[in-house]
Amino acid sequence: MMFWDFEWTFEIMPDLLAGLWVTVQVTVAAYLMALVLGLGIAILRRLPGFGPTLHFVMEFIRTTPLVIQLVFVFLLAPSTVSGMTVGILVLGVHYSAYTAEVYRSGIEGVDQGQWEASRALSLPASRTWGAIVLPQAIRKVIPALGNYLIAMFKDTPLLFAIGVAELLTEAQRVGSAGFRVVEAYTVVGILFLLVSIPSAILIRRLERRYAAV
Amino acid sequence: MPPSDTPQTARPQGVEGDALIVFDKVVKRFGDLTVLDNLDFSVAPGERVTLIGPSGSGKTTILRLLMTLEKVTEGLIMIDGEPFSHMQRAGGMVPANESYLRARRKRIGMVFQQFNLFPNMTVRKNIIEAPVHVLEMPKDEANARAEELLDLVGLGDKIDAHPTQLSGGQQQRVAIARALAMNPEILLLDEVTSALDPELVAGVLDVLREVAENTDITMLCVTHEMAFARDVSHRVLMFDQGQIAEAGSPDQIFGDPKEERTKTFLKSVLDNGP
Amino acid sequence: MEFLIERLPLYLDGAWVTVQLTIGGSALAFVLAMLFGVLGTVDHWLPRAVSTFYVEVFRGIAALVLMFWMAYALPIATGFQLEDRFAAIVALGLNVGAYGAEVVRSSINAVPKTQIEATVALNLGWFQRVRLVVLPQAWAQMLPTFGNLIIELMKATAVAYLIGVSDLTAIAQQMRSSTGETVVAFIGAFILYYLIAQVLIFGMRLLERRADQRLGRTPPSGGLMSLLRTPTIGTGVGVAK
Repeated sequence: MMFWDFEWTFEIMPDLLAGLWVTVQVTVAAYLMALVLGLGIAILRRLPGFGPTLHFVMEFIRTTPLVIQLVFVFLLAPSTVSGMTVGILVLGVHYSAYTAEVYRSGIEGVDQGQWEASRALSLPASRTWGAIVLPQAIRKVIPALGNYLIAMFKDTPLLFAIGVAELLTEAQRVGSAGFRVVEAYTVVGILFLLVSIPSAILIRRLERRYAAV
Repeated sequence: MPPSDTPQTARPQGVEGDALIVFDKVVKRFGDLTVLDNLDFSVAPGERVTLIGPSGSGKTTILRLLMTLEKVTEGLIMIDGEPFSHMQRAGGMVPANESYLRARRKRIGMVFQQFNLFPNMTVRKNIIEAPVHVLEMPKDEANARAEELLDLVGLGDKIDAHPTQLSGGQQQRVAIARALAMNPEILLLDEVTSALDPELVAGVLDVLREVAENTDITMLCVTHEMAFARDVSHRVLMFDQGQIAEAGSPDQIFGDPKEERTKTFLKSVLDNGP
Repeated sequence: MEFLIERLPLYLDGAWVTVQLTIGGSALAFVLAMLFGVLGTVDHWLPRAVSTFYVEVFRGIAALVLMFWMAYALPIATGFQLEDRFAAIVALGLNVGAYGAEVVRSSINAVPKTQIEATVALNLGWFQRVRLVVLPQAWAQMLPTFGNLIIELMKATAVAYLIGVSDLTAIAQQMRSSTGETVVAFIGAFILYYLIAQVLIFGMRLLERRADQRLGRTPPSGGLMSLLRTPTIGTGVGVAK
């Protein structure tokens, strides 16, 4: 094959796998942030006074592109802050706008009677949320949250725009250094499939397990 | 293996020769559940047959087999002397394929318990869609026919309404008009009043009585409306556990049932029925 | 403010490119979604396998990776060079089309079985059944998720600047490097993206309303203005990214 060189493919694999490892680290860190922050936002939105402002901010984040948000924050951040940190923060905040909506739908899905029963038992707000509402709400939205983990993983190539050495950046670097890009970009595509197809199957299992409740 | 007490009256004399519909040793199983057990019966052209019996006795399955919504497990269904559930190929019988069925299914119409009108179409569209696309009837003709049929079912003024704007009884009358628009030789009625509020039942049954009186359409009717069954049908088949328990004229079955199962069933319908 | 007003024509040029990418990508995604979505509901295993293959492959690879592949690997592998904008549209269409195909497939499967039985009773053929009964009914169910997908696609167009397309994000970068005003330069782009999204949301609402009316469902009370009520996008499961 004229355009495919297997030897070269093996040569660049270590660099690409290093890039994949960075991708995984960024995804895990940003996802944890999105899980926690999104929950906080969902709860805050139910407090009087916070609703409309938070709603507008979240919608603004959701309706403008992630890549321009990344570049914008990266340019404004002090030069001591690494691209990776910016990437994790922006991905985490961006996705918390989505997870907040997921939590919200879960919380609204909890039967009104549960709130009334908690009131009738004079439970404090912390117990009502912590022991009654959230456990029921979160269980229902686990598959939806899982989908956003996959979505986020697929958004990590955008960190290329701010120079983070993730998978795509590495592919571009080794590809252009060796003047052979077909192998590099194709392997990136395959690596993505190797991660996203099994995780899609996993999510389907989660859906069957939790959504049926 | 039909038990010995299955009476031969399941095949009334004279029908077999020029029968329109013949079930020949038909078996239908869903998994381990046998719904129809070696069933033999036939229906003459123009005959109106009512199928009664407890739920799960296989009556509805007969209609669904004829409408090709289900496939037979064993046995053969013939229509007009021609195989229907199967077709001849290379000297043997193989299950009928879609194009074979399409060519023959035209003669059969069905009205469902839940009406099944198309919510994305007006009443008019519901009625003319199949004549225009399947029978390739000119649009003008189909429209004229739709108006005629809607007058027949007493809904001439609803032609441009949406199904959701109609009551259940009105929807079912539209569904009857829709089935008749295809000029079926055989009309299958599957518990057409079971989903209706009691006060809407009479209107639907009146329409069907009129159809029965003024046409020679062969009808197979599954119903719990015993008075209606008595009025319109030539023959009543009592089903139990996938077999015909008793068959006879409406007067005989309702007036003088022979089988214990028939008596028990009729009593339960009269006690709890509408 | 003055900064932005002076440079508005440049921003609008960029926004126009973004709109072109969005329309082109959506059109391609729509065609692919319908094609592979319907294939995914056929009884025979072969069309279903083709559909699954398309969905899993193009949903699984990030749009930007596809775009890089189209822009840089494809010309070398095939000797066929796509125009930058076209490469971006193809990559976005393939990616979002895969998400859309799943929406089409599941919406079709959600059409009640009794409706299919009614088409059998009226002896409609497969093609007539799909065209006259199944798709019109599934349509209303598809639209809300399509609305989310179109917003996601619009946002995803912003990565096209990385393969050299002069879209809105590219303009913001240019403005920034020519003036050094990072905040103002980017805010101009953010606002335009936000406005484009609002127009898309409004348009999809209109379509949803019409689809509901066609199914005889009562439209939400209030006039056209009720469509401007605060939208909630991105709540669906499996939104394209």
